[in-house]
Amino acid sequence: MSNKRKVKAEEAKATQKVELLEDRAKELHAEKLEASSQVEQATPRPSEAEHHRDFRGSDNAVVAEVDHDDSTRTLWSDAFRRLRKNKLAILGACYILFIAVVAISADLWVPQTLGDPINIDTTTTADLTKLPPSLDHPFGTDVQGRDVLSRVIYGSRISLMVGLLATAISTVLGLIMGALAAYYGGIWDTIIMRLADIFLAFPYTLFVIVMLAVLGGGIQNVFIAIGVLGWPSIARVFRSAIFSVKENDYVDAARSMGASDIRIVARHIFPNSVASIVVYATMNIGGAILTESALSYLGMGVTPPNPSWGSMIQDGQQFLATQPWLMIMPGLAILTTVLAFTLLGDGLRDALDVKMKDA
Amino acid sequence: MANTTKEQPLLQVKHLTKEFPVESGVFGSRFAKHVSAVDDVSFNIYPRKTFGLVGESGCGKSTTGRCIMRLLRPTKGEVIFDGQDVAQLKKKELKAVRRNMQYIFQDPYASLNPRMTIGEIISEPMVIHNEGGSRAERIESVKKLLDVVGLNPEHINRYPHEFSGGQRQRIGIARAFALSPKLIICDEPVSALDVSIQAQVLNLLDGLQEAFGTAYLFIAHDLSVVQHISDEVAVMYLGNLMEYSDWRSLYAEPYHPYTQALLSAVPVPNPDIQKTRERIILAGDPPSPINPPKGCRFHTRCPIATEECKKERPPMKEVEAGHFCACWHAKPFPIEGSSVEL
Repeated sequence: MSNKRKVKAEEAKATQKVELLEDRAKELHAEKLEASSQVEQATPRPSEAEHHRDFRGSDNAVVAEVDHDDSTRTLWSDAFRRLRKNKLAILGACYILFIAVVAISADLWVPQTLGDPINIDTTTTADLTKLPPSLDHPFGTDVQGRDVLSRVIYGSRISLMVGLLATAISTVLGLIMGALAAYYGGIWDTIIMRLADIFLAFPYTLFVIVMLAVLGGGIQNVFIAIGVLGWPSIARVFRSAIFSVKENDYVDAARSMGASDIRIVARHIFPNSVASIVVYATMNIGGAILTESALSYLGMGVTPPNPSWGSMIQDGQQFLATQPWLMIMPGLAILTTVLAFTLLGDGLRDALDVKMKDA
Repeated sequence: MANTTKEQPLLQVKHLTKEFPVESGVFGSRFAKHVSAVDDVSFNIYPRKTFGLVGESGCGKSTTGRCIMRLLRPTKGEVIFDGQDVAQLKKKELKAVRRNMQYIFQDPYASLNPRMTIGEIISEPMVIHNEGGSRAERIESVKKLLDVVGLNPEHINRYPHEFSGGQRQRIGIARAFALSPKLIICDEPVSALDVSIQAQVLNLLDGLQEAFGTAYLFIAHDLSVVQHISDEVAVMYLGNLMEYSDWRSLYAEPYHPYTQALLSAVPVPNPDIQKTRERIILAGDPPSPINPPKGCRFHTRCPIATEECKKERPPMKEVEAGHFCACWHAKPFPIEGSSVEL
């Protein structure tokens, strides 16, 4: 018996499904293994003497094998490990990081090398307007002779800010509303969810435009309008996540142990429902960027001469046939950025699902 | 009662009733109907004994267990555990009771939080009740528990999804025993497992009971599983107890026609007897608990039902020392070839 216990699960599993064999066969088998590999040693077992423990059986034989150090594992480190294996998600994350770094550091180098994004260069008499892409101006120049790349980079500041801040606003609102609806249930659930339905029944972009018309233009109002109007979908996702988690036996198990409501929410319900929100919020950033672009395109968002991807497309559209870069470059910026957030969101969804195999 | 010793029962269930409202209409009609899932059920559980509760699915066995644990609030009746009525306790008092009462769930996949390591899962009762000493001491006791339930203590930092169903059930068992409670409610702990694993887990539960001196309320739909582990067995049908007794007496000589039908359906090991023995085949399905039959709830399917059975509900009466049966026409029916040795 003692021999049998010392054998590490890995070794036993390597040969065959020991679990199903009869005890006698198990012992013989284990002894063989023991003889062949004495090296690996388990931590000292509790003393044999306590009482005879044949009733335990042994279920050590088949444990899913994962090749890593057991001691340093946490949920998030596991998720990160899985995320790293998803090439598309990493590509998305790297691209977002790249854009963020460029946008943040823009003041340090963009005006000096590419040209001012806002003011028209008056030091030269040469015709700088509508130049095609070249080494000097990789994305070409616009109608007024400003460098398009420079404007795209400065436009990314607006887009990223709107994406992050608006999503932050709608996520916070959505989490609060969703949690209230799920936790209190009954009449609160009905009120909050019907309110969400009403919000969702309006055409989203139109609703934002109306709100901006009421609040007045300006970039901070764009954050607020997009953020405030984005809560219903987040609230619904979070509410249904809580509901499905609440039904699980482990929540009942925690209650039957005597766990407090706070503990149940913090340890059991929230960690199991938050993954969907992380994923949803990441994708929502892309959506917010799109909405901002649409608003700017319609002239409701960022006020000229400040650059924004949407307004650049609007400026460039009349030259689509002759100077296509004016429209294509900011369009590509929107496309790649939104795509990057979507890819990252997809990757996060897979990574945060603990049931995914480590294959 | 059935237990002849003078010992005080650990748990007394008296006239336990649980009704669920059935919502009807778009706005949830105020004149909602009720499903009476458990209706006037009474029994006792003694320290260190196992009380088996059998019945087909939907008969209210799990609801009974959940009411005892106060995962559900009973509509009527008392659940007296350690001298306190669990059904009436306030939140704080309930916490103290729950320290001594634990629950093992049927589904080993849903009952473990996928975001916690098994170390965290098993130590959670200790953390909640602030027992088990320092963190290091808790880790030690979790490792010991893992060893006791037949798992490798080194796997303490793994997540539930890395284990098989049988292993997960062992984790659930380790968690239930973490505070060595006085009573564990086992809600079909083996019915989700393979037959080969079932026996292992039953043996484990049996051994742990001896080692820890715990009482079990063992809920199952499988008579042979219950026979394996129980001291007393009760048979439930449509929210009512039909019969209960010492397991030997129940398995060898049931009085209630329902129990008789169930037992006659269990194959016996001797093929000669199996071929020729009399089998009672019940007609139809159990009626809906929304509209249970008047009188004896079993009369719609009972082969020996009479007018009397349709009118009045039979009381639970002692038909033999320690053998109770709720039937107007209770008479013994020896099960031929029963595996019980008298």
